[in-house]
Amino acid sequence: MATPKPRVKVPKKASAGEIITIKTLISHDMESGQRKGKDGNVIPRQIINKFTCEFNGMKVFECDLDPAVAANPYFEFNAKVPESGTFKFTWVDDDGSIYTDEQKIAVN
Amino acid sequence: MNKRTLAALVLLCASPLFTAARAEPVAETLEIDGEAMITEAPAPKDPPGHPFDVVKSGWLYREPDTRAMEADSFENPGMLNVERGEEVWNTVEGEAGKSCASCHGDAAKTMKGVGASYPKWNAKAGKPFDIELQINACRTAQMKAEAYKFDARDQVDLTAYIKHQSLGIPVKIDLSAGDMMSWWQTGKDRYYLRTGQLNFACASCHEKNSGNYLRADHLSQGNSNGFPTYRLKQSNLVSLHNRFRGCVRDTRAEPPKAFSDELMALEVYVAWRGEGLSVETPAVRQ
Amino acid sequence: MMTRRRLLAGTATLTAMAGVAILARPAWATVEATEAAIGAFTGGKTPEPGRITLTAPEIAENGNSVPVTVEVDSPMTEGDYVASVTILADGNPNPEVATFHFTPLSGTAAATTRIRLAKTQNVVAIAKMSDGSTFSDRKEVKVTIGGCGG
Repeated sequence: MATPKPRVKVPKKASAGEIITIKTLISHDMESGQRKGKDGNVIPRQIINKFTCEFNGMKVFECDLDPAVAANPYFEFNAKVPESGTFKFTWVDDDGSIYTDEQKIAVN
Repeated sequence: MNKRTLAALVLLCASPLFTAARAEPVAETLEIDGEAMITEAPAPKDPPGHPFDVVKSGWLYREPDTRAMEADSFENPGMLNVERGEEVWNTVEGEAGKSCASCHGDAAKTMKGVGASYPKWNAKAGKPFDIELQINACRTAQMKAEAYKFDARDQVDLTAYIKHQSLGIPVKIDLSAGDMMSWWQTGKDRYYLRTGQLNFACASCHEKNSGNYLRADHLSQGNSNGFPTYRLKQSNLVSLHNRFRGCVRDTRAEPPKAFSDELMALEVYVAWRGEGLSVETPAVRQ
Repeated sequence: MMTRRRLLAGTATLTAMAGVAILARPAWATVEATEAAIGAFTGGKTPEPGRITLTAPEIAENGNSVPVTVEVDSPMTEGDYVASVTILADGNPNPEVATFHFTPLSGTAAATTRIRLAKTQNVVAIAKMSDGSTFSDRKEVKVTIGGCGG
């Protein structure tokens, strides 16, 4: 599998206290551990098991994922923006890899 | 065998394979990020004999959630592959030390419209080339790199990236070039040829039963304007020749090889059948 | 005209394909396992109806990617917010699907994701509020088998 690639969509600007919508998508097979390969053996589970979104170091939204989340995990959620700052997104893989992305937002 | 497949078996034995259930494709317009796509067009008149008056995109046959996924380029997971394809476009490979970009520059400019005009006659090879064959010709002749194997991840993603540069542009292929008309004719013959233990031709599903349900599948006209297409079933991009082979396999016949003359002729004919529809690559299907 | 033999041959193919799609199969989650998972999430309480809305298609076009949305009615203040929402499916190999955790910074307790459903089944969403109270909603999603497995 190619290195998972995250994509996030965050508005560039918001007014103070505004609730914005964030969308995230990451390329990942989300191998469930329920499938058999061509050799007849079960393909070991390898999924993204945790996703977090923080704003200026404060927790905004988290998700614990099980193998029943579809390949290329997609999330849409909201965030209240109190001030200008940076959203940090983190995806944790079963193999220990961590994928991150950051997006700045300006409050006018 | 579980109860459900047994029930399905009993049901199938008792009823015709194609159910009487029929549903008109939806009367909606597809806008991708606000950009209008042509999902219905008058059928091409040259050469004469197109079976439909109006050609329709497979998008019109899908359920609302699947349609919505294609309408927003962020929500479309196929765009992850397109982004990967851009990286492949810019990656130097082969002894000549070139990438696609070395010769073709900015794909947004140089590749705009290209995907809508393939397959295209290649005089040197004496046969039509699709994007995949053209990429392989560039790789071996210009980049001095190895040709991609069929359905290599880079091949599918790069093809999607190139075709995506024509998003919205109507499909129009040049049948006057070289020997294209005889390939068109061969492709047409193949389209109506019944194969496999099910004894189905392409036309059995996509012409005679287009609009009907084959169990849960709302059968489309089988147009190629959205390929490579993101299929929920595979949760990945699927190339046109992969789908051709899948369809033939499903008739319980031995599928022809990808990019064989047989499937290249079919690609020419199928592309013509969908002329006038916008390129939707990467489309989202079931 | 299709002969009966051809039809049977075709049926065998379709049946075989349906089998392939299911692949390695452990014991299915049961309604009891799902109830147990609900209990584990709520601390043994029976969730009340209301306040949470689960949106899912009545018929999924493909069980490999089914969009689901949860929305919970809450002021989302420091003193009164939705802590978590868990999604369960009672016909998958395991009932657990995903658990969302919210904070007052979430603004509204709403989230969308795409899930896998192995067959027609109930999807259940349970919300746990900051005061420990729990609410649930459920929807049956029909998962159909495609015409030619292709």
